[in-house]
Amino acid sequence: MNIAAQAAIMLAGLSKSFPGVHAVERLSFEVYPGEIFGLVGPDGAGKTTTLRMLAGVMPPDRGTATVAGFDVGRDPEGAKHHLSYMPQRFGLYEDLTVDENIRFYADLFGVNKAERELRSGQLLRAAGMSEFRGRWAGKLSGGMKQKLGLICALIHRPKVILLDEPTTGVDPVSRRDFWRILYELTAEGVAILTSTAYLDEAERCHRVALLHQGRLLFCDTPAHLKARLGKGVLAVTSPEPRRVREQLQNAEGISSLVLTGDGVHIVVDDVARRMAEFQARLKQAQVPFDQIQRVTPTIEDLFVDAVSGGKVRR
Amino acid sequence: MNTEDRSVLIESLVKRFGDFTAVDHISLETRRGEIFGFLGPNGAGKSTCIRMLCGLLRPTSGRAIVAGFDVAREPESVRQHIGYMSQKFSLYNDLKVIENLHLFAGLYNVPRDLVGERIAWALEMADLKGKEAMMTGTLPSGWKQRLALGCAVLHRPPIIFLDEPTSGVDPISRRQFWDLIHQMAAEGVTVFVTTHYMEEAEYCNRLAMIYRGKMVALGTPTELKQKSMKGELLLIECEPLGVAVETLQGAPEVLDAAVFGNALHVLVPNAGKETARLQAYLVAREVQVSKIEPIRPSLEDVFVALTSEREGRKEPV
Repeated sequence: MNIAAQAAIMLAGLSKSFPGVHAVERLSFEVYPGEIFGLVGPDGAGKTTTLRMLAGVMPPDRGTATVAGFDVGRDPEGAKHHLSYMPQRFGLYEDLTVDENIRFYADLFGVNKAERELRSGQLLRAAGMSEFRGRWAGKLSGGMKQKLGLICALIHRPKVILLDEPTTGVDPVSRRDFWRILYELTAEGVAILTSTAYLDEAERCHRVALLHQGRLLFCDTPAHLKARLGKGVLAVTSPEPRRVREQLQNAEGISSLVLTGDGVHIVVDDVARRMAEFQARLKQAQVPFDQIQRVTPTIEDLFVDAVSGGKVRR
Repeated sequence: MNTEDRSVLIESLVKRFGDFTAVDHISLETRRGEIFGFLGPNGAGKSTCIRMLCGLLRPTSGRAIVAGFDVAREPESVRQHIGYMSQKFSLYNDLKVIENLHLFAGLYNVPRDLVGERIAWALEMADLKGKEAMMTGTLPSGWKQRLALGCAVLHRPPIIFLDEPTSGVDPISRRQFWDLIHQMAAEGVTVFVTTHYMEEAEYCNRLAMIYRGKMVALGTPTELKQKSMKGELLLIECEPLGVAVETLQGAPEVLDAAVFGNALHVLVPNAGKETARLQAYLVAREVQVSKIEPIRPSLEDVFVALTSEREGRKEPV
């Protein structure tokens, strides 16, 4: 990843309120060329509002933001030719073919024919869609539609890309293709800001901002975020998860305990010590379990820990 | 009709729309008190299948028994014995909490002398006591979701169907919601969940992975992770990533290599054996390796492994 000194996207104290809600509150971060930056949080966290302000389609109340050097508040049209914004429902023409959709967007952005052919050829190959050029967009699977949307959004080689939950509901195979294209773009120095409600998807970003109710909780690389949790996670697999929970929920050193389908997921202060204690305790109570394993904490573990102040107990 | 059997039995269920097969010979069985997940991307056939199970859509062929009733022959009986909660929660936003509950009690034909008791129970379960007079539209999404669940189970059905119940809900509300679901299952209610959300699937006791109308795998989350992968996953942190991934894709004993954030995920037949060899292989090609360790595959890894294998085979019909 080449990080140039100049940020491609810069937010300083960006805020937006709607009657009764602070949708985005004093949000500040930068995204650099060649970086994939994830805006992560549940519905209502302020992700879409942030992207709309950056895309120049909604004016901020307070604070500033620049995209490709243009101030979105003062010059909302300025960044238009350097920017691509893919909202949750991207406008594809269902009764046009794949090729015709691409041509439409190329014309809209004033891309000439030679460049269009070169670029669309590359992108269609990367998306695994070369054989579908003649197919109606309406006849594509959800994953392919989403990849076609991305191709259309990239046809004019924007420097900055804003994606609003691009992979929601998309099948995992298409999701991987989608991310492969994003990784290839970073090599061209494109700055990518993508929102997601999938906390597991956050792990694919170079850096992420965790949002909750319009505020920034954390901003860092996924690895640093997990290290910041400062605690370990144990996964107990058992045919009787509920009995495991009953036995362990009042044990010492636990900050959160979640029932999963075939076990329990526990955030603890000291992995080695608690693993031994839990094993002994379950054996003594004759609760059946297959294994207790140390697992890597997830971004969700961190999110829950942060929002609840490390005291989620039910 | 076997009224003791309060669960779901599906035999070779098929639904065609014209020349499109939305559900293609799916067979499975759920136990009483089980949380069963139907996992697949949008358009995989999950909703079509659920609609048949709820008696809303007639199967083209095959058979489904829900709560002891045949969905094709006794769809009304099926509908009276199930609860259904959709993604959009189907609550009336401009009604109060209590008014929504009364409305659903009426829709589900809860006997009049039981309505008060059932509503009190639902409020208690959904942790909404004292919130009766609030307007539904102003509730936070986690509360709305619990209210929707309360409404869906007022008639105490032995089976409930949840369609993408927690998409977009914050992780804490999601965990609370699943606690509630686990509690209901412990009381013997069978819970049938559809989701495209791999994280949500982890909460299910057993899962069916659905892809293009077919069931591609069935098992507990752990079983699926242990048995469905063609190999074991290694996480490799190295620089430069682009060079490393290209090098590895052509390397012997590497089944798959993909960029994942600041690292690579590499699938090999045996993680223990390959670790040292891959490290040497990368270093010889001037890639700096800072970390290489085995990791547990996610359900998404499993799904990709199963479906790409299918793509490669070009779908024998």
